[in-house]
Amino acid sequence: MATVALSGAEKRRSRDAVLDIGLRYGTTAMALVTATIVFLIATFLIVYSWPAIAFNGFGILTHLEWNLGNQYGTGVEHRGGFTGSPGASFGAVVFIAGTIISSAFAMAIATPLAILVAIAMHYQVPRRLKTPVNTLVELMAGVPSVVYGLWGIGVLVPWISSSVGPFLAAHISWLSIIGSGSASGNGLLATSFILSVMVFPIMAATMRDVLSTFPKIVFEGAIGLGATPWQAVTTMVLPAIRTQMFAAAMLALGRAIGETMAVLMVCGSALNQLPQNVFAPINTIAAVIVSQLDSALTDPTGMAERSLSELALILFAITLSVNLIARVIMRGGDRVKRTA
Amino acid sequence: MNEVTMSGSPVETAGARVMTRGSVLVTIRRNVGWGVSALALCSTLAILLAIFWFVLSRGLPALKPTLFTTVTSGIAGGLENAILGTLMLVTFAVVIVSIIGFGTGIWLSSYASPKPRELVRLLTDVLAGVPSVVVGYFGYILLVKMAGWQFSLAGGAIALTIIMLPYVVRGTDLALESVPRELKEGGFALGATYTTVLMTVSWPYALPSVFTMLLLATGIALGETAPLIYTAGWSNYLPTAHLTHSPVPYLTYVIWTFISQPFAESHALAYAAAALLMLMIVVTNVFARSWLESLARKQRGERA
Repeated sequence: MATVALSGAEKRRSRDAVLDIGLRYGTTAMALVTATIVFLIATFLIVYSWPAIAFNGFGILTHLEWNLGNQYGTGVEHRGGFTGSPGASFGAVVFIAGTIISSAFAMAIATPLAILVAIAMHYQVPRRLKTPVNTLVELMAGVPSVVYGLWGIGVLVPWISSSVGPFLAAHISWLSIIGSGSASGNGLLATSFILSVMVFPIMAATMRDVLSTFPKIVFEGAIGLGATPWQAVTTMVLPAIRTQMFAAAMLALGRAIGETMAVLMVCGSALNQLPQNVFAPINTIAAVIVSQLDSALTDPTGMAERSLSELALILFAITLSVNLIARVIMRGGDRVKRTA
Repeated sequence: MNEVTMSGSPVETAGARVMTRGSVLVTIRRNVGWGVSALALCSTLAILLAIFWFVLSRGLPALKPTLFTTVTSGIAGGLENAILGTLMLVTFAVVIVSIIGFGTGIWLSSYASPKPRELVRLLTDVLAGVPSVVVGYFGYILLVKMAGWQFSLAGGAIALTIIMLPYVVRGTDLALESVPRELKEGGFALGATYTTVLMTVSWPYALPSVFTMLLLATGIALGETAPLIYTAGWSNYLPTAHLTHSPVPYLTYVIWTFISQPFAESHALAYAAAALLMLMIVVTNVFARSWLESLARKQRGERA
């Protein structure tokens, strides 16, 4: 009996040892997979875009024109050791400008609103309603991009075209960024508005989390000293957590820059022209990568496709830097709090 | 706290009993900020409800039973192929992301030494910030072109996996980190090994929040479009069982292409697809959150 029990315990021990080694190495392997994905993305984008980087040179950052070149003639054009169709020009200025302008407009609308909503969610919503309200705002962040795009096409764009555009053109047309109103409704204003609606919930939710980390007793101390709650929030709480709030806004900016489907559906897909007013069609890097795929595949030299890859690389670099800056700021904020 | 802030401080309300003209203005000025923020919150919820109403009011009437049994054909038809394709892509992605994501999360919280842990957490955060269209293009280069899989189920599922991965890793990591130390120490005191405690104490404790995160990530994957355009392609036929060399249709594609067609039938199909997608996402989200809430309450009860 005793030997049987002993061998059972031993068996279990050896099984435990196998499980231990298996889990240890298994999970390490999985972590390696996760860690390499970012490097793989960067490496493959660079390798695949290399012909385009050599062919386009700095032109991609200075030229307005996106032109696949003459695909029906004979011959090819050599540049930087690689070949493209004759007359090809791959300039990304329109897309980069569109990305920056629309994201900046979107952030200008969304940031103040998100701060206000975060304050309302944290201080004003009664305890019993907190969970449903939080769930609703987070659900808003979970609505797919393409559904926002659908709403943009179905509601926002017609509204801008029939009401906002004519109204602004009639009343403040002296402002040059208004221009003469909008014919289609697709363009910079629609894009910025839809971007702000999309990035705003996630920003409000993050800001609410930041607000909830502020010690309640300090807030109550300010009330005890005679501040009104609103004064306490605006003159004490917000300044104290401003770095984290800024980081939350930066994370949202990263999302706005990389947003694709909703933008693609309402931006008007401008090519070769910069927007002259808020109703002008624009294009963003993310949107053009999708909308130009079909025509890029028709380029027999393949240079158009490589140039789209270069655009993806540029987008990757921009969002990576925005996110890393946000992270550094967030860290800095933590350090201040720890020493304080 | 709430009583204090709902309508000014108690001090203020006491003072308001002896009200003069001046103090009314002061009260208004002091509370106008709260009014503005409450208005902002209400308009936010109004926009959300407007979007839901827009999608459901147009999509639900278009949701006919035949949509589930016929495939799309050009600009009209049904959604059978797209629904099946979406379910196949997401299921496949959930399986892969469970293996890699749970593994990475367990490693981060239980086995990693400090420096590599910091690095992998940073890389996970970086991955969360990579735009989905970039993930799509990466899948296109690596899987569709270089590996020669062409538009395929495996390519689309791997792209979705990359989108979901940061959420699942972070969720698993956080859930295991928040297992109470006394519980684990109880296991160690009984002579259990590190891995035994992990598998029999920590993992079961963390499982509800891990699954919540997996469900939320599934909701995100259901609504993705950009990573699939370049990897899954599109087809008017039912998805096949082939992993590679066979394009897969999916719901979000129907929404963005069919809405720009000039036909009422295609618009109806786009709205139906959007309504279906929203229902799936809302169910996933609400189920995940309420389930987590009740389980967390149960855990708190058990510990008390």
